[in-house]
Amino acid sequence: MIDQAQAGFASRLRHYLKRPLLRQDLIAGVTYLVPSALSLLFFVIIPVVSALLLSFSKWELLSARDRAFIGLDNYAHLLTSAEFWNSIRNTVYFGVVKIPVDIVVALLIAMLLNREIRGLPFYRTIFFLPVITSTVAVSAVWRYMYDPNFGFANAILKWLGMPAQTWLYDPKLAMPSVILAALWKGLGYDIVIYLAGLRGIPRIYYEAAAIDGANNWQRFWKITWPLLSPVTYFILVMSIINSFRVFGQIHVLTPKGGPLRSTEVIVLYIYRKAFQEYRFGRAAAAAFVLFAIVTVLTQLQRRVIEPRVHYE
Amino acid sequence: MMGMEVRGKVANLLTHLILVTAGFVMVVPFVWMVSTALKGNSEIYIYPPTWVPAEIHLDNFARAWRYAPFGRFYVNSVFVAVTITLSQVVTSALAGYVFARVRFPGRDMIFYMYVATLIVPTQVTMLPLFLMMNELKWINTYKGLIMPFLANAFMVFFLRQFFSTIPMELEDAAKIDGCGRTRFIIQVLLPLSRPALASTGLFTFLGHWNSYIWPLIITNSTRMRTLPIGLRYFVEESGAQHNYMMAAALITVAPVVLLFFLAQRQFIESIARTGVKS
Repeated sequence: MIDQAQAGFASRLRHYLKRPLLRQDLIAGVTYLVPSALSLLFFVIIPVVSALLLSFSKWELLSARDRAFIGLDNYAHLLTSAEFWNSIRNTVYFGVVKIPVDIVVALLIAMLLNREIRGLPFYRTIFFLPVITSTVAVSAVWRYMYDPNFGFANAILKWLGMPAQTWLYDPKLAMPSVILAALWKGLGYDIVIYLAGLRGIPRIYYEAAAIDGANNWQRFWKITWPLLSPVTYFILVMSIINSFRVFGQIHVLTPKGGPLRSTEVIVLYIYRKAFQEYRFGRAAAAAFVLFAIVTVLTQLQRRVIEPRVHYE
Repeated sequence: MMGMEVRGKVANLLTHLILVTAGFVMVVPFVWMVSTALKGNSEIYIYPPTWVPAEIHLDNFARAWRYAPFGRFYVNSVFVAVTITLSQVVTSALAGYVFARVRFPGRDMIFYMYVATLIVPTQVTMLPLFLMMNELKWINTYKGLIMPFLANAFMVFFLRQFFSTIPMELEDAAKIDGCGRTRFIIQVLLPLSRPALASTGLFTFLGHWNSYIWPLIITNSTRMRTLPIGLRYFVEESGAQHNYMMAAALITVAPVVLLFFLAQRQFIESIARTGVKS
């Protein structure tokens, strides 16, 4: 098969080289691809291969003598490393709490905004503003809001008559605090996506359902939810991938991974191994585990969830 | 009929009530930032905190600006984000054109390799890239900040989709009139693709303006820091007072918010269209 394909490719190439017009196409095509192809080759493809080799090596940045091929040792170490499992657990915690809340709230607000209400652009702007603002800047604001002494969060608790908390300094509360800030930052994006999805549902479905006497609840579960399932699917896939890649927000809120490493998600772990402990081999192995998890999850979703997603 | 109308009004009121409450929650951090940025040195320690500053201290901005070289951070950020965006538009327009309209053996295979680069997380490539930059002595240079992002397969993919919608006859007509390929791209294709270029360009710019992990890794001196990294160290290390910190945060946020208000529809429509997450 491969030989045949190669023969086909070779003969087509000869065919192209023989005819002046086709040859022009070939030359122009290849020339125009050179800048992007070289860039992707040097800054994505070669690094991926190097990262794989790195993950099979002991590679300490500071001493050139401390470098050797060690096979699967880095991966074996990760399997038994409590710190690594902790980072996986924290990442899963982050995603499992954040994503469902995000989807429910975003859909609810999008549906309310879709009721042809007055002031839609105003509301949309407000919900969307956190999405485009700098992660570091708004995380600095949240960090100050969580300040145990002068922060706004404790002022609210006091007003509600509840005891003050230490928020980001409390091992139990640090992760929920981070999740709340992340929800606030990302919500507007999913609202806009849902709103676009809702606009795509033909009104006639709802009119027909109203004639048949369907109530709001039935209309939601029989029309809105199934017809929005591709949108929900898209948001779900993106959110899961992004929750495995989350870094900036958590790094600004809790630079050292929180009290007792309670907010050290997988990318913070990789960052610490590579750029604070200079163990690049181990960091690369963890990065490949991240890569594998994200790939498997995307495939799993494609195989298991996508067939159940309702496309028009 | 009356009952229906009343129910509709109640539902509308309830809708606005929920939206106003949710909107209020969304706005609070921004109000808190602006309010603190204007407060005097003693007022930030009042507890419970005040919402409206007793005295407006606009000099906080000048102080924050002086505490850390925010001017320099601005220049760095603008230079890096603009260079990357322009480069990506050029390299992606060329590649997108080829994948949409020039046929030759092996083209589709190359295209799949481009798309395959999209599944690789930055967290994987950043490690060898850092070591590479270290060997090249590109750490703490503009080259180090910019070079890894000269091309991007997502933009190639997006522009290819858009270019495919422009009729082939147009190019044939241009060719008959003696218009070469490069001239066709510059004078016909790109002007026709302005909306697509604007949306992807906007998101590329924004993504790199707010970019965090790579500039954090690749810079190690104050003068090479971009705005987010400069702000991060300002918040982390300076021990500066909260009013100066919030003033600095506001300085960082302001241009993008301004841009957003100017091109709001562009932003929202691009997201709905491309589903890009910055």
